[in-house]
Amino acid sequence: MSARFQPRHLLGIEGLAQSDVLALLDGAEAFFEVSRRPVRKVPTLRGKTIINVFFEASTRTRTSFELAGKRLSADVVNISASTSSVTKGETLADTMATLEAMRSDVLVIRHPASGAAQYVAEKLDAMALARPSGLDASRVVNAGDGLHEHPTQALLDAFTMRRHFARTRGAAESDGPASFEGLTVAICGDVSHSRVARSNAHLLNLFGCKVRFAAPRTLLPVDVESLGVEVFDRVEPAIEGADVVMILRIQRERIEGALLPSMREYARTFGIGERTMRAAKPDALVMHPGPMNRGVEISADLADGKQSAVLDQVEAGVAVRMSVLYHLAADPGLPREGST
Amino acid sequence: MKRALFSSDEIDRAIARIALEILERTRAPRGLVGIRRGGGPVAELLAEAMSKAGATTPLGTVDIALYRDDAASAPPDPKIGPSRIDFQVDGADVILVDDVLQTARTVRAAIDALLDWGRPRRIWLASLLDRGGRELPIAPDFVGRAIEVSPSERVALIWTGTERGAWAETKG
Repeated sequence: MSARFQPRHLLGIEGLAQSDVLALLDGAEAFFEVSRRPVRKVPTLRGKTIINVFFEASTRTRTSFELAGKRLSADVVNISASTSSVTKGETLADTMATLEAMRSDVLVIRHPASGAAQYVAEKLDAMALARPSGLDASRVVNAGDGLHEHPTQALLDAFTMRRHFARTRGAAESDGPASFEGLTVAICGDVSHSRVARSNAHLLNLFGCKVRFAAPRTLLPVDVESLGVEVFDRVEPAIEGADVVMILRIQRERIEGALLPSMREYARTFGIGERTMRAAKPDALVMHPGPMNRGVEISADLADGKQSAVLDQVEAGVAVRMSVLYHLAADPGLPREGST
Repeated sequence: MKRALFSSDEIDRAIARIALEILERTRAPRGLVGIRRGGGPVAELLAEAMSKAGATTPLGTVDIALYRDDAASAPPDPKIGPSRIDFQVDGADVILVDDVLQTARTVRAAIDALLDWGRPRRIWLASLLDRGGRELPIAPDFVGRAIEVSPSERVALIWTGTERGAWAETKG
């Protein structure tokens, strides 16, 4: 089994083949081991340039991408919107074209607008095709775009589940997809504003997992049927018999808006603690993409308990992002017509 | 066209001899490191032979995919395996083990990889078959058999079953 990652860019999980996902997860196994060595660096991407462009606040994702690039020996530059020319009125396409003209190999983009990464990738590919020099265009990685997708989060979640269930199901650690195929995964919280939930639903569907969304009715996405998930407006029935309970952060700005009456009421009806977890399988995995609001969507006991995979997810994040950067930056070749 | 380079018996004798040479020339603490994937089984056989001779030797593996000199320009390796070295590399005599030695670019990458685990007292190189065709100034310390094989031929080394042995075949 030698899966290959085919696309030029990583813009979302939707549209990827199972073999693309497997190539990234299998590669991440090797990179996971690199981060546990005394010298946490390999020379693989020496001479490559990776630019992280963040138009939205983020500490963990940006740090994770930065470490991933540095552990591959690439040169990594971070740009945040507050210090960039965006504040001077430059368009997104111009900012990206400028960065690419400095010869970046990979652009990692986080942007509040859904579809921003796709837009940039298409622009850069079109520019490269029109260039007489034949220079390759930068590869684009979506590090979260609006309410659309956050593919590396879904990949690191899948990596965490695969390692965990390979262990508990007694299979070899990196032995193919079998270890997380067919799991029941309950995703609870603000699913309508969550690109993490969407990316996870797409990925888990590729592996035949049963995905359930649980949220107050005001926080359910309108197009939820197209994601192929079961929807619940209470937590308990969604968690019933689940192998994985993924708890999403509730954003304060939503609570203070019209969608939820109060933080306390949310904590009481949708907050998940050890007692709520009794409905799930006894060894169910508890996941949270962070940052956590302890005592709101997740109890402190649960966050620190032995079922919690929160810190495993963070560790997996660096390995998965190394794998993504490796597969994109190490692949030579010009864009083909319509290949985005 | 297929010609035999090594019979099953000859491989066994070569392994036994190399194991003794390693014990004679290297100094404890020792460690064997197989270069994935071909060097893995050779290193296992050497460890077994050395343990029969009374010197239990820890065994590790390195995968060189991430250290290749063309890693950033060749298409991504679809199968990068994990490396595993559980013994203390600092101050040890480490014997890198490969099955077939040719250009030595793999060995160069393996040395780089190994140095990320620590600073060995000395790195040695053992290879079951040296087919010539070096592209780097690297020489093996322990060799099973040295036979010049033309670059237009492919060498096959088979470990298991009744067809055990090594052959050179014209590339088709």
